[in-house]
Amino acid sequence: MSRKTLTRRQFVAATAMSSAALISAPYVRGAYAAGKLSIGFWDHWVPGANKASTDLVNEWAAKEKVEVSIDYITSNNKKIELTAAAEAQAKSGHDILQMPSWWPQAYSENLEPLNDVMEPLLKQNGEVNGTVKYLGQSGGKWLAVPATPGSQIKGPCSRIDLMKKHAGIDVQEMYPAGGAPKVENWTMETFLKAAEACHKAGVPFGIGLGETTDSVDTAGAIFQSFGAELVNAKGDITVKTDQVRQAMEFYKKLIAFLPPDAPSWDDASNNKWLISGRGAMILNPPSAWAVAKRDAPQVAEQCWTHGFPSGPKGRFAPYLPYFWGVWSFGKNKEAAKSLLVHLSAPSSIEKFVAVSGGYDLPAYANMNKFKTWEEEGPPKGTLYHYPDPHKHQTLSIAASPAPPKIAQQIYFQATLTKMALRFARGETMDQALAWAEGECEGFMRS
Amino acid sequence: MADVVVERGRVARATGARKGSSLRNALGRKSTVAFFLTLPLILLILLLVLYPALYSVHLATLNKAMTKFVGLSNFTFLFKRETFWMVVRQSCIFAITAVVFKALIGFIVAHFVHNIPAKGQRKWRGMLLVPWVIPPAMSTLAWLWLFDPSYSAFNYTLSFFGVGPIPWLGDTFWARFSVILVNVWYGAPFFMIMYLAALKSVPDQLYEAAEIDGANWWQKIWHITLPMMRNIIAITTLFSLIVTFANFDIVRILTSGGPLDTTHLFATWAFQVGIQSSDIPLGACVSLFMVPILAVAAIFILRDVNKRGNEA
Repeated sequence: MSRKTLTRRQFVAATAMSSAALISAPYVRGAYAAGKLSIGFWDHWVPGANKASTDLVNEWAAKEKVEVSIDYITSNNKKIELTAAAEAQAKSGHDILQMPSWWPQAYSENLEPLNDVMEPLLKQNGEVNGTVKYLGQSGGKWLAVPATPGSQIKGPCSRIDLMKKHAGIDVQEMYPAGGAPKVENWTMETFLKAAEACHKAGVPFGIGLGETTDSVDTAGAIFQSFGAELVNAKGDITVKTDQVRQAMEFYKKLIAFLPPDAPSWDDASNNKWLISGRGAMILNPPSAWAVAKRDAPQVAEQCWTHGFPSGPKGRFAPYLPYFWGVWSFGKNKEAAKSLLVHLSAPSSIEKFVAVSGGYDLPAYANMNKFKTWEEEGPPKGTLYHYPDPHKHQTLSIAASPAPPKIAQQIYFQATLTKMALRFARGETMDQALAWAEGECEGFMRS
Repeated sequence: MADVVVERGRVARATGARKGSSLRNALGRKSTVAFFLTLPLILLILLLVLYPALYSVHLATLNKAMTKFVGLSNFTFLFKRETFWMVVRQSCIFAITAVVFKALIGFIVAHFVHNIPAKGQRKWRGMLLVPWVIPPAMSTLAWLWLFDPSYSAFNYTLSFFGVGPIPWLGDTFWARFSVILVNVWYGAPFFMIMYLAALKSVPDQLYEAAEIDGANWWQKIWHITLPMMRNIIAITTLFSLIVTFANFDIVRILTSGGPLDTTHLFATWAFQVGIQSSDIPLGACVSLFMVPILAVAAIFILRDVNKRGNEA
């Protein structure tokens, strides 16, 4: 009879191997066989809108057997930017992080390429506009997937009554609900005349001249409509051009008709301006209208969201897409990609749009005709033109087409609003341009 | 042979006993006990202050993409920026003006409170400390509403007197005035409570003697109160100068550095450059510029405190 004896050495080795196997394979277990996934989503302004994300994620997690945890991170005081910076430095954090417009480019080295996710999505949902490509792609590599929640156009939201009474403009006729826009006369000149008339009537346009995104986005669209670029796509400084001078002259005239404290406005100021009934127009997504519906219904029922006026070089509307990025150091990248496909399915996108009351804008060409925008009110049809269903304007971001890492600095240092304000406050054109040129030279650091 | 062993054993025991007693002595020494008691704090400071400080020095020597060492070129780059010098100037204006007013108001209010009979004094002390107790981010939000362009309570009140509306945060002068005002409102109670404690430690006999000598109130303040409070004034000023220089929340919430960057401080500009514009090395450089300025102030103020300490 032969009996195999277990030596002390064999026993220790066997125990160590089984312990190591147990520790290194914690995810292989019944209910959550496909592991864990940690997600950082933007905390939505619209009450209840986060629920759509939670439901969609849970629905996917149950199907895929993944244990998920979601953190909703507010964009107030740049919490998302701080989170992204900290996670990129620590090389640890969420598997998926929702990022505002410029961040995929800023952290391009730390993001997992998502071409395998984007290519089928583009076939399924339609193409994305140039701004999404500019912000989300680098050297043919998709850095992140455009997110529907949070993505927005900051077009004009006008008071129907005040614009008709003081500026003689019927915004509903110009942008009829359910119909194509009739905008031959909706130009920067008309816009300026309307701003003057409303200023004289004591209900000036509420356009900020501060350093936060709303102010910068407006300046960006106006500059672009004059063809004014501070830095061109090649990275050359092009501040001292006729186009920039024209845009500056226009802005100086416009500033004279804006509220005197517009230079101190933040992103909440224009909303309050509209809701308080003190202004005839703001340039903002429909969040101000949504709050007015609750707090000042008499104001909300006079609001109409529509397209931007056109300048000599075209009609540009400020567009701010959000993105979902997957960190290259993430632990469950395959699961992350699978979730992003689920969140970008047409049914998911429709749900995001519906729950946000039309605030969220999908980036894809085939996704801009949902019923929500037709039906939302009062007044009914107020959001019909918000997603630009007739594609009559170029959706753009301020400081583009400069290389994104330079443009990001022009954007966040609010160079456009500052140079316009300097000129309006008494500096000569040459002084203001020289200042802006100096700033842009500083942004060339690599 | 046996003798030698015994001898060795004895020697070894004696050395061991000496070692044991010296360790016991060392552990029994007050300074050693104090060191061990403060060790957790020292470790915390090393972890939460020294490590981030050294890390920010490291960051400041990297290029924008944080891929290579560039030495001091970030600093030399900053020296050429107009906005940087504006931020230096503004930080000095902000910190010095705010600290002067906080000290002045704290000094005056401390005297008022000191003269209130002991029975009611506690209530006043408590009430006057409220601004300092509320987290500044919260109280600054309330100030933001008071200065708000659409709903400013100040402008509403001023309109009854036919004044305004004042662009509190939209004009350079008023924006600087507003951020300094909020900082003074928040920080003056700290000075008040420190000065009150110092006032209470001034012996009454000195004032009685001065009165007998016919000194008026100003002479009493100049020759008794101020000299007796010198050290506390110096230390309070230093602490406040450091905190005020490094202020972030008030400016960030009220103006975000605007209009036209004219209210930016080191911390807010460092945040804008480092986090918002994704240039972390340059942001680290901006924030490190506070160190030499504050170090010089600390050396001057603390040297003075030591001198007076020795005089005493």
